[in-house]
Amino acid sequence: MEKSRPLWDNPLQFVFACISYAVGLGNVWRFPYLCQMYGGGGFLIPYLIMLIAEGMPLLYLELAVGQRMRQGSIGAWKIISPYLCGVGVASVVVSFFLSMYYNVINAWAFWYLFHSFQDPLPWATCPLNSNRTGYEEECEKTSSTQYFWYRQTLNIAPSLEASGSVQWEQALCLTLAWLVVYLCILRGTASTGKVVYVTASLPYCVLIIYLIRGLTLHGAVNGLVYMFTPKLEQLSNPKTWISAATQIFFSLGLGFGSLIAFASYNEPSNNCQRHAVIVSLINSTTSIFASIVTFSIYGFKATFNYESCINKVILLLLNAFDLEEGSLTADNLNEMKDHLMATYPQEYAQLMPQIKNCSLEAELDTAVQGTGLAFIVYSEAIKNMEVPQLYSVLYFFMLLMLGIGSMLGNTAAILTPLTDSRVIASRFPKEVISGVVCFMNCIIGLIFTMEAGNYWFDIFNDYAATLSLLLIVLVETIAVCYIYGIRRFEKDLYTMIGCKPNWYWKIMWAFVSPLLIISLFIFYLTDYILTGTLQYQAWDATQVNVLGLGFFSVLNLSSCKDTSFFPNYTVPQSGLLEVRSWNQGHPLILWKGKPGKT
Amino acid sequence: MLRALLLLVSVVAIAHAELCKPDAQNAFKVRISIKTALGDNAYAWDANEEYLFRAMVAFAMRRYSSKSTTQISNVLLCNVTDRVSFWFVVTDSSKNVTTVPGSEVEAAIRMNRNRINNAFLLSDKTLQFLKITSTLSPPVEPSTPVWIIVFGVVLCLIVAGIVFLIVSGIQKHKKKNKESTERENLEEKVEVTLENGIPCEALDLKAGHINGVFAAEDERFTSL
Repeated sequence: MEKSRPLWDNPLQFVFACISYAVGLGNVWRFPYLCQMYGGGGFLIPYLIMLIAEGMPLLYLELAVGQRMRQGSIGAWKIISPYLCGVGVASVVVSFFLSMYYNVINAWAFWYLFHSFQDPLPWATCPLNSNRTGYEEECEKTSSTQYFWYRQTLNIAPSLEASGSVQWEQALCLTLAWLVVYLCILRGTASTGKVVYVTASLPYCVLIIYLIRGLTLHGAVNGLVYMFTPKLEQLSNPKTWISAATQIFFSLGLGFGSLIAFASYNEPSNNCQRHAVIVSLINSTTSIFASIVTFSIYGFKATFNYESCINKVILLLLNAFDLEEGSLTADNLNEMKDHLMATYPQEYAQLMPQIKNCSLEAELDTAVQGTGLAFIVYSEAIKNMEVPQLYSVLYFFMLLMLGIGSMLGNTAAILTPLTDSRVIASRFPKEVISGVVCFMNCIIGLIFTMEAGNYWFDIFNDYAATLSLLLIVLVETIAVCYIYGIRRFEKDLYTMIGCKPNWYWKIMWAFVSPLLIISLFIFYLTDYILTGTLQYQAWDATQVNVLGLGFFSVLNLSSCKDTSFFPNYTVPQSGLLEVRSWNQGHPLILWKGKPGKT
Repeated sequence: MLRALLLLVSVVAIAHAELCKPDAQNAFKVRISIKTALGDNAYAWDANEEYLFRAMVAFAMRRYSSKSTTQISNVLLCNVTDRVSFWFVVTDSSKNVTTVPGSEVEAAIRMNRNRINNAFLLSDKTLQFLKITSTLSPPVEPSTPVWIIVFGVVLCLIVAGIVFLIVSGIQKHKKKNKESTERENLEEKVEVTLENGIPCEALDLKAGHINGVFAAEDERFTSL
């Protein structure tokens, strides 16, 4: 007797699984950055257009293929055409690459979560130096949050080739992260189906709490106004449209085979058209929601830094000219500065290099994305809130849920083809296969816990999946529309759901989406070829920072990362980050610590 | 006589002025930020506070060197500004018109910094001795770092969950295997009538058995 395929207990589990997979860290740390870079509120226009043009159709396509073929990615594409099982294999390989490095983010989230149970938070203050007369030098030069991230979490090496040793604390957290993933996928859909209730809904609870907290913070309105002011001239910039298309594409997680795997566990009569629309709308709405939260936090942080900057200047002037306390305030600062410049020209001229021009605009302009946003900017904002431990625990728990939700999809994409293949599944039970996959990924993932691990992480993050996914999805669309035949596909959908897809879906599948993907592919390929020597940013702990710009300049460095997935660092300024180039594994030092251009 | 007295006073005053001036040898600058520290409860800096300061410095010197020769009059203040900041020196009472070496003063102040701060309700940051670095207190660190404790708890929970799931899976598997071998043994022993692979004893022949697949198909048939 054939064992029947395990199914989701109810359609809600399937929807939650898709939401949990699609709503991931990219919604929190990449969309707000894109929104800020490409015209604020105006970015929503290309974003929604791309959602309708490529997001929904491609999502529906993958879900329908999975539900119809009732196999993982390899089996499904083999049924479509025996020559196309390579597409399935490619999906599995890309998913494998992703799961190798993605779980490190969960390990970092665990690390921060465990460290949130202290008072004061460990990233709130700098540690003391050896003779207890001041703070640690590296920490003084940047900020306590960056020091905690680069030195105490990553213990980052100065370059890629100085690999250093495996950090045992990070290795422990990575092992724990893999154990959690194993626990969730152990029983297949039976266990995954229960877990996704939590991983899909908890982030929304935390986001709502943060929305309420964020909007009531001092200075949050500055951030929101700044973000939502539409700069419609950005719409004429082609990069805006490309970024919108890219973001929709990668945010939904197409091409990895996870959606096919999830849909293959559906009842054949499940209405995947409705679910596709629901999941894509929820994904985009979550991005917008998360960016509201992020921008209120930005506004708070920027206002706080601006006011600290003003207070520092006031203190400097008070001390230098021995003026009475309280005579200089934020309001009369500019007039007093002019007055002092006129009265004591010589001393003022001596002080000039130290007097910073504090600007709220400049603070708001520092756009950050990626791990920098999640682990540095947010923890900086959290440490200045009341009861920071509570908010810290909530936030990192949310990151953990988002990351684990995405990991469940990735591992499902790898395991479903393996458990479908009779060769393997007949010999080993499901638990053993899952265990072996998790164990192998964990061992390989130890690379990312070494001192140079973050550089490897950046390389994988930028190059592991991008071009391959575009190609995979392109071949998928063409295969379904032209090789399998769109009429045959239509009939299959009619059998499953009971209604034929209308002209919108057919036009998108047959013409618009493939054209969009081809143009994205060509753009990225040419960008890659034209970039020449690839570069990466490195952390230099020994550099003497004359100007003392600290946190501000380091943020600028990470903000000069381009929007595309291929790093294109333009104008580095002084700070602890230096730029090195990586040319086929032979890193060259291009620039070391001078302000200016490369 | 009066003239001599006047001369002596002026000599002393000039000597004091010589000893205590900004950037003099063995002189230290002090900067006080009362409003920052105390806000609305700030007191005004006047001659009484200066007297207290001189008394505290003299106390520090006495405690440090354990010879009770330093008097309040040995501590000289000058150049008091609105900020509030001023310079002070400690003169040597045994030898006139010389100042106590700066290193001694520094060591004395360092040793008694806490007492001096508390006398003025200030802290290291708001009562600054500009050339004297303060010894910062390290943060309180528990013997086992907190994060390891939390890590251990979470790890134990997760491992317990995994073991539970695996063991229950193995038990279910064994039970299924035992059932199927039992059924095979049963079939070998007694010639049992089988209906579709199910022994008739298992079927409830009295109540009948509704097969769900066929029952649903009733609706497919057109009614006559």
